[in-house]
Amino acid sequence: MPKLKVDGVELEVPTGATVLQACELAGKEIPRFCYHERLSIAGNCRMCLVEVKPGPPKPQASCALPAAEGQEIRTDSEMVKKAREGVMEFLLINHPLDCPICDQGGECDLQDQSVAYGRGGSRYHESKRAVTEKYMGPLIKTVMTRCIHCTRCVRFSEEIAGVDEIGALYRGESTQISTYLEHAAKHELSANVIDLCPVGALTSRPYAFEARPWELKKTLSIDVSDAVGANIRLDSRGREVLRALPRVNDDVNEEWLSDRGRYMVDGLTRRRLDKPWLRRDGKLQAASWAEAFDAIARINPGSSVAVIAGDQVDCETMFAAKKLAGALGSSLLEGRQTGMAYDTSSLAAVNFNSTLAGIEDADAILIVGSQIRDEAPLLNVRLRKAVKKGAKVFIIGPAWEPTYPATFLGDDAATLNALPADVADVFAKAAKPAIIIGAAGIVKGAREAGLAFAEKFNLVREGWNGFNVVHMAAARMGGLMLGYAQKGGLADIVAAKPKLVISLGADEVDWTQFAGSMIVHIGHHGDKAAHVADVILPGAAYSEKDGTYVNTEGRVQYAEKAVFAPGDAREDWSVLRAMADALKVSVGFDSFDELRIAMIADVPALGAEGLADYGALPAAPAGAKAEGVIAGYPIKDRYLTNAICRASPTLQRCSAELLHGESFAEAAE
Amino acid sequence: MLSSGVYSLMADRYIEPDTPELRARWGAFAWTAENAEKAKEIVARYPEGRQRSAVMPLLDLAQRQVGAELNTQGWLPIPVMEYVAAYLSMPIIRVVEVATFYTMYNIAPIGRFHVQVCGTTPCMLRGSDDIIAACKKRGMKAGHITDDGLWSFTEVECMGNCASAPMVQINDDNYEDLTPADMERILDELAAGKQPKTGTQLPGRHTVEPAGALSNLTAMVGENHDYRGEW
Repeated sequence: MPKLKVDGVELEVPTGATVLQACELAGKEIPRFCYHERLSIAGNCRMCLVEVKPGPPKPQASCALPAAEGQEIRTDSEMVKKAREGVMEFLLINHPLDCPICDQGGECDLQDQSVAYGRGGSRYHESKRAVTEKYMGPLIKTVMTRCIHCTRCVRFSEEIAGVDEIGALYRGESTQISTYLEHAAKHELSANVIDLCPVGALTSRPYAFEARPWELKKTLSIDVSDAVGANIRLDSRGREVLRALPRVNDDVNEEWLSDRGRYMVDGLTRRRLDKPWLRRDGKLQAASWAEAFDAIARINPGSSVAVIAGDQVDCETMFAAKKLAGALGSSLLEGRQTGMAYDTSSLAAVNFNSTLAGIEDADAILIVGSQIRDEAPLLNVRLRKAVKKGAKVFIIGPAWEPTYPATFLGDDAATLNALPADVADVFAKAAKPAIIIGAAGIVKGAREAGLAFAEKFNLVREGWNGFNVVHMAAARMGGLMLGYAQKGGLADIVAAKPKLVISLGADEVDWTQFAGSMIVHIGHHGDKAAHVADVILPGAAYSEKDGTYVNTEGRVQYAEKAVFAPGDAREDWSVLRAMADALKVSVGFDSFDELRIAMIADVPALGAEGLADYGALPAAPAGAKAEGVIAGYPIKDRYLTNAICRASPTLQRCSAELLHGESFAEAAE
Repeated sequence: MLSSGVYSLMADRYIEPDTPELRARWGAFAWTAENAEKAKEIVARYPEGRQRSAVMPLLDLAQRQVGAELNTQGWLPIPVMEYVAAYLSMPIIRVVEVATFYTMYNIAPIGRFHVQVCGTTPCMLRGSDDIIAACKKRGMKAGHITDDGLWSFTEVECMGNCASAPMVQINDDNYEDLTPADMERILDELAAGKQPKTGTQLPGRHTVEPAGALSNLTAMVGENHDYRGEW
């Protein structure tokens, strides 16, 4: 713990801190471009210069200088001021003065820092260099003349994403940042370089020329594109969400966001259900709310009602539907749309118990039937960090490309029952062994066999629980907590032949199974369920309602409403409340607050942000065995996994171009 | 304006575009039997787990193999860089970064002889302008191969031969203490397939020892001498 002085104030800093971190601890702002907390230190922008004694009589790059005992650091001296002005002047020599047409304007580090630390004007009269644009795919727009070569994008793709595809070509003043032969950046986290870029060199292509940051209303929300529950900020103007950006949450997403979650918002204004529809003579026709509710009342289902929840609904919606079904006398609730029927008597056995941050500490990891990069991109980032710390990863299932060294043990799920001796040896010796089971594994019995594995290798020990299930639906854990699970899964609902099936945005269900039922679809997009519905009641997407979501590690998180739902669409809970009136039952709440209070009374864990407690891991059922060949993974197209994604032109293009190799001619600009 | 000159020089360095023709010509590149041995030996120089460090000597080896095939100084087509990347199991972008950073790797086709004339101050004071003029007379210009395929030309910065300025590096050899007539002769001999005398062209000079009589530090010839008191 070195003691040092920053601008005359003495303080103690943690061992291993840099001078820059010491200055920050002292409350001093140090300008920087290349330095980033989550990336390696490059030390090439020189903006963070400070004066340090003892040391050479010149300014030092504080980001790359270790803090040491007895240092006297000055951030406010004349030398530092002049050094910053000098560095800024050099950075601006080749930077174009095109801020008025630059999308980074208003949230640009270079702009802000040149105002704060730069000279008043330029003394440079020679010609500036120009760099040709580099094609980096449908998500990243490049204006490489603006690049100041901080190499954050290069370090991100190498260190965090684990996909070496961006590099710094040539040298000195001719340096250019490019992907290899200008191939599109193809991995699932590629757009994070847009946030990292401190200038306007890498900006968001779909968002180009859409808005200025000061026009936007910022709303705290939760990403629903997968079950990680990344913390996001929705930037909206008027009734439209223009972009989603990650928020910092070290427990969940650090400060990254998957491309799917980021560009899904483009689908929020397209293919929307913005008025009620009613099937008359086999054809869907626009209707009024009153007509729609009349039609539902006429069916008079009694207690023959079932609710199927989609992958993106919030807990409040599911609870409101549960109350409605309960008031009608039914408990037919299911959220696992594809028919999975694992035992949910203990939620600890379907939870990601190590936690997303905790899995970084694991030293031996067995993945069974999960293509992590598609199913939970941000979990893959954690696994990569674990491997960098020395973890060994083994995977049972068809081969995919992990971004870290991993050993594939074949497709046969039965491998889990009896691991090869050398692999078993690794787990037996591991201090923090972990298993991660995905949907493709669960259907082969890997969850039960995984519990046996957990017992055998003692996965639950002091301060460590290595049993993990990774889900893909943002609504899954919340749904399971609210009882959206039948013993036999969806098959039980089919067998019950309900007169009325309420779909809460359930677009992944094989609806042919419910040919004899009246299907009331409360959803926001005209996707698969809307095609088969008898009555469509337009609801709100995740950006248009307050809601509670529980991620795959059992973390309860709240999202806020950013914009109003379009047209006649209403928040889902109020649609369900009105439906109760139509069906002449009482659900016991008249406002969202009352609904939330009732929900928390029912499931107290939903009332507190943070990890829910699911109790101890249950014992494995006797004779649990995984059987069968894992033939494939559930996600066939990582860009088009839900109704909102499928409506997003950006993600449609990503799918066509990056996954299916279609080429798109660049529009002449 | 000086800077515009500098820019055009820099812009001359570019990666030869990746075309189907280039792929057809170089897609099947592989070490010759002899170079395969050498490559193995080079990789073995580096500690286990650090094999990627061999990228620089291997790129040089690849460039020389391409050169031997084309009877030029050799260059690195994209498929050849990919071959080296695959050989070292490293990401291709990392190889391209190295190849584009160091100017001794040619990343576009090059002539039989790459004439690199030093134009930095000591050489310039000793007449490098005339040497450059002698090159230009034969049609050499930056970023261009002469029509006969013999010459590529680059004006370079200091090559560290200031004591025997002006100098030129042609492929792997240096020619120093040049006059325009020496330069003409050297280029003629090279074109004729002969190997000119390398190093200094001054008769009687061997390396960079003082040309003619010793002109300074004369007191140090016989024994050590402390000059400090005389400054």
